[in-house]
Amino acid sequence: MDISQFFTSADLFGIAPEIILTVTALSVLTLEMLHVSRPGIILMVAALGLFLAGALAINTSGDEQILFGGMLVLNRFSVFFDFLYITIGLLTLIFSQGYLEKRGSASRGEYPALILFAIIGMMLMTRANDLVIVFLGLELLSLSLYILVGFLRHDQLSNESGLKYLLLGAFATGFFLFGAALTYGAAGTTNYNGIVTAITNNTILSDTYLFLGIGLLLIGFAFKVALVPFHMWSPDVYQGAPTTVTGFLCTAPKAAGFGALIILFNRAFVDIHYQWQDIFWILSAMTMTIGNISALIQHNVKRMLAFSSVSHAGFLIMGILVLNETSISAVLFYLVVYSVVNLGAFAIVSAAEQEERGLNLKDYRGLAAQHPWLSAAMTIFMLSLAGFPPTAGFVAKFGLFSAAVSQGYIGLVIIAVLNTLISIYYYLRLVVNMYMQKEESTLILSYKMLAIVFVGLIAIMMIILGITPGYLLEIVTEAASTVA
Amino acid sequence: MVVPLEHVIALSMILFSIGVLGVLFRRNAITIFMSIELMLNAVNLALVGFSRYYNSVDGQVFVFLVMTLAAAEVAVGLAIIIALYRNRQTVNIDEINLMKN
Amino acid sequence: MAENYLPILVIFVLAAGFAFVSLIITHLVGPRVTNAVKMMPYESGVDQVGKTRIRFSIRFFLIALLFIIFDIEIVFLYPWAVVFKDFLSAGSFIFFEMVVFLAILAFGFIYVWRNGALEWE
Repeated sequence: MDISQFFTSADLFGIAPEIILTVTALSVLTLEMLHVSRPGIILMVAALGLFLAGALAINTSGDEQILFGGMLVLNRFSVFFDFLYITIGLLTLIFSQGYLEKRGSASRGEYPALILFAIIGMMLMTRANDLVIVFLGLELLSLSLYILVGFLRHDQLSNESGLKYLLLGAFATGFFLFGAALTYGAAGTTNYNGIVTAITNNTILSDTYLFLGIGLLLIGFAFKVALVPFHMWSPDVYQGAPTTVTGFLCTAPKAAGFGALIILFNRAFVDIHYQWQDIFWILSAMTMTIGNISALIQHNVKRMLAFSSVSHAGFLIMGILVLNETSISAVLFYLVVYSVVNLGAFAIVSAAEQEERGLNLKDYRGLAAQHPWLSAAMTIFMLSLAGFPPTAGFVAKFGLFSAAVSQGYIGLVIIAVLNTLISIYYYLRLVVNMYMQKEESTLILSYKMLAIVFVGLIAIMMIILGITPGYLLEIVTEAASTVA
Repeated sequence: MVVPLEHVIALSMILFSIGVLGVLFRRNAITIFMSIELMLNAVNLALVGFSRYYNSVDGQVFVFLVMTLAAAEVAVGLAIIIALYRNRQTVNIDEINLMKN
Repeated sequence: MAENYLPILVIFVLAAGFAFVSLIITHLVGPRVTNAVKMMPYESGVDQVGKTRIRFSIRFFLIALLFIIFDIEIVFLYPWAVVFKDFLSAGSFIFFEMVVFLAILAFGFIYVWRNGALEWE
């Protein structure tokens, strides 16, 4: 038997970033076993591993590479996502310094190790060319996240959100898997190329299996990226999780989910995509509207940002509804801006968080007087999330809306614009609390210098990207051109 | 006698539905967890059925991975449930509701 | 056809013989201690008579969790062993592949061990 067709050195070199990250995660755990007491060293090793993985991911960019007999595909699109995950991971590690200790948990090597494992899972999701690999990546990601969400073992809220996330996540996994099984049954293969061939040659076993399969896969994804009506878990989980984990949770997995969804629908089910457009339309409209309206009545900052991220998922699904090169590049741009801004906002929330305080909108009253720079950064983040003109958020929303308009989805864009207007109210409520109230703020912010530097950098970057988005636009267009 | 594919898939769908109903209507976290396991095993049955129908091993390989995942999920799940039980002395999900606005 | 099953019969006889011989030898040479604990059907473990709603020690769960994780990995060893010889002709990759897998598994075991999860007390 000839197996050289399955394993070549090119295959191993292609997954070098994953291998490096695995080795790093194991080294981090080893350091913890050896009782290396300074948590800074462990975070440093993890960050180093991420850098190295990023460097190796660059090397593989270029032409499309098909690895492991068609299981993985490396192209500009997947490399773009690799970089997004690595950036999010690095920022999360930087913002996490000292946070767990503040919440009364011993600093442990498991924390960075789990983040690294989650990143490996996400990389597999957007490199996958086979339902089996998507499944493996999704589960590696989910299992790491369940533990991260419940990381504060002695905190009741963290326990509770860990359990909720686990039960609903596992439930969603069941749907995803049944969808994958039925798709396999319909097409006779789990490989995307094979599925396309089966659909175009009309060798589908039964349309019922195929459509039921796609529907169930979609439900699984909808749970994971929190689309209405499958979003019920997200506010509770976001609120109870350690705040730095919440930042990670509402950015990277969402990017991975949308990335995998784009590949799945653009590669495997591309020929029957038009039959799903109505469902995407409804999902998009419901998600953005219900997410926004629920965010209006929240008093807890984390819950507010949770519902805001639900509504952003509604905007993003609009790009998948359109599914052409312009809209995919708009989705990628939106994901970058949304992820980085959310990480920055959650970093400030995690700095402000004290025992029982710092999470309520009222706690931020008069903060601008004590911390003018941090308040300015938070303002930029909120304006960017709302989509105000001088920030990158405006460019992101504009790109997405114009891609949808050009394909004739006027009704949906009108709903989206109305939603953007509604969202201004709750984003600005936080800003108003910081600036307009005369009260003295009693919040004591605790942060590390490096974290604050990066919060500032993100804020500056959002303004620069808002004025001259050209460079990032070029990157996302190139990435989108390899899948569309 | 060969069991037709439709019968296997029908059984798998019934088991899956029982699992879904269990998740939706049971209140004990451990029972919900068992219902999720039932869903995963229904998937395994469907995969094995299709695998035999197509005479390919793809589905069986998938089953191995699903089994491993189920074990990993149980391990993580029980650990979280134990941590919760230590703090709250309950696994009834109706009582686990600290975060309602 | 029937003679193909001869090895199975031999195994049966050997297994039964081994069990029988062990029982007799322990009966003859083993010391006799009789107390309440010794006379229970399962000497170690949980009392098997009584209410079903007793509280298990959390340690049982921990051991069970670890057992599930390490036990299920057999699922990958078995198919690997089945195709091992066919694939070996194409190079030693298949061997090192499993070495890596087992090394990661062993790492997990050492991690659990060093963190004291295997200590009963």
